[in-house]
Amino acid sequence: MFGEKVIELLKEAERNSDTIDLYNDEKIRQIIQEMHILFKMNMDDANATTENKSLWTTVQVRHSALERNKRCLLAYLYNRMNKIKTLRWEFGSVLPPDVRELLSDSEYEWFSKYSTNLASYMRSLGEDIGYSGIDLTENLRPPKSLYIEVLCVTDYGKLELEDGDVIMLKKNSRHYLPTEECQTLIRQGVLKQII
Amino acid sequence: MDAEDIELSDDEEEITAESVLKTLQNAWQNERLAPEILPHHNDMVECMLGQIQHMERNINKLPKTDLRSCIHKMELNRIKYIICNYLKTRLGKIEKYCIAIVNEEKQRIEAGTNYLTPSEFRYAQEYITNMESHLKNTILNHVPGNMQSFELNKMAIYPNFYCHVFLKANETINGIILEDLLGDQDEEIDIEEDSQHILQYKPIADLVKNGKVQLV
Repeated sequence: MFGEKVIELLKEAERNSDTIDLYNDEKIRQIIQEMHILFKMNMDDANATTENKSLWTTVQVRHSALERNKRCLLAYLYNRMNKIKTLRWEFGSVLPPDVRELLSDSEYEWFSKYSTNLASYMRSLGEDIGYSGIDLTENLRPPKSLYIEVLCVTDYGKLELEDGDVIMLKKNSRHYLPTEECQTLIRQGVLKQII
Repeated sequence: MDAEDIELSDDEEEITAESVLKTLQNAWQNERLAPEILPHHNDMVECMLGQIQHMERNINKLPKTDLRSCIHKMELNRIKYIICNYLKTRLGKIEKYCIAIVNEEKQRIEAGTNYLTPSEFRYAQEYITNMESHLKNTILNHVPGNMQSFELNKMAIYPNFYCHVFLKANETINGIILEDLLGDQDEEIDIEEDSQHILQYKPIADLVKNGKVQLV
């Protein structure tokens, strides 16, 4: 039946609504192929039946199938775009390689463009009063306390704090650090917050 | 948040840092609760950023072990969070309703009543361009001829003006007209200062924008 593949595609994407799946290149190719076949059949029938209207219903049904396929494909992409956006906020402008693999080339290009656009917006913040911009990806959660206790997961090396102190981040060492300064490291997976 | 926390920063200005913060907090609250994008408060944001800079310099003068420095730092972090979250909420709306917003904004710019800051507007336009080129590269250029168009109007998402919001009146307002969608008996209501209501967003949208009511 028409449009079956596209529903499979959407169902698949919906199953993991929080995480992003591998871009389903193969299925999308098949769907587009189906669209081409439908289109071809429609063209043939439409040309053959200019005076005979008996095939019009068929043509119309196929046309709706085409419209539906297009709509579902766009929905699929749009949904993924929203997920990719969250990736930008979580990981910053550089994606870890395993996540990068899940995106298609065009999606990755979109990600870079989104990232650049966001970065240039953030740079423009407060420009008039001599600010060099604000990083909105910090402060994602309301600040609860000034310092938090963190566990170091990997051997990271030296970290210089804002006030000039230098601390050594070794695997399995515990630290009591200013929340602001370890947010990025927590997101990168270097530190883990102990609650 | 009391005045003491920011006393470091306000010295000679008429508008105190406290009132700026209050306005910003209200704007933030409204922005988070309203379905559509509201006029920007860029001047307030910039003013607050200036204050933050000023306060940070003051805090750095204090010795590190001083209790005051800790408290002020915490306060600063909270203010920064408000600003970031405010701007982020706006960005979120801009991305979601980008097509609708850019179309309306173009008319508003002509009338000089723009809701977005210039950089937000640039961001929205760029966002649409990127989306269009991505969709074209992946799908639209590969589908049969008559399906290739990128239909902006079909892609547009509009904010839901008919949702209900909680609100508090800052002053007494008379004659708010509530439309009766099914019949044609419109209802007119008055709300008193400091009273709280649950109303549809649409009739009170303008009141939110000119600050006569506060969403809660």
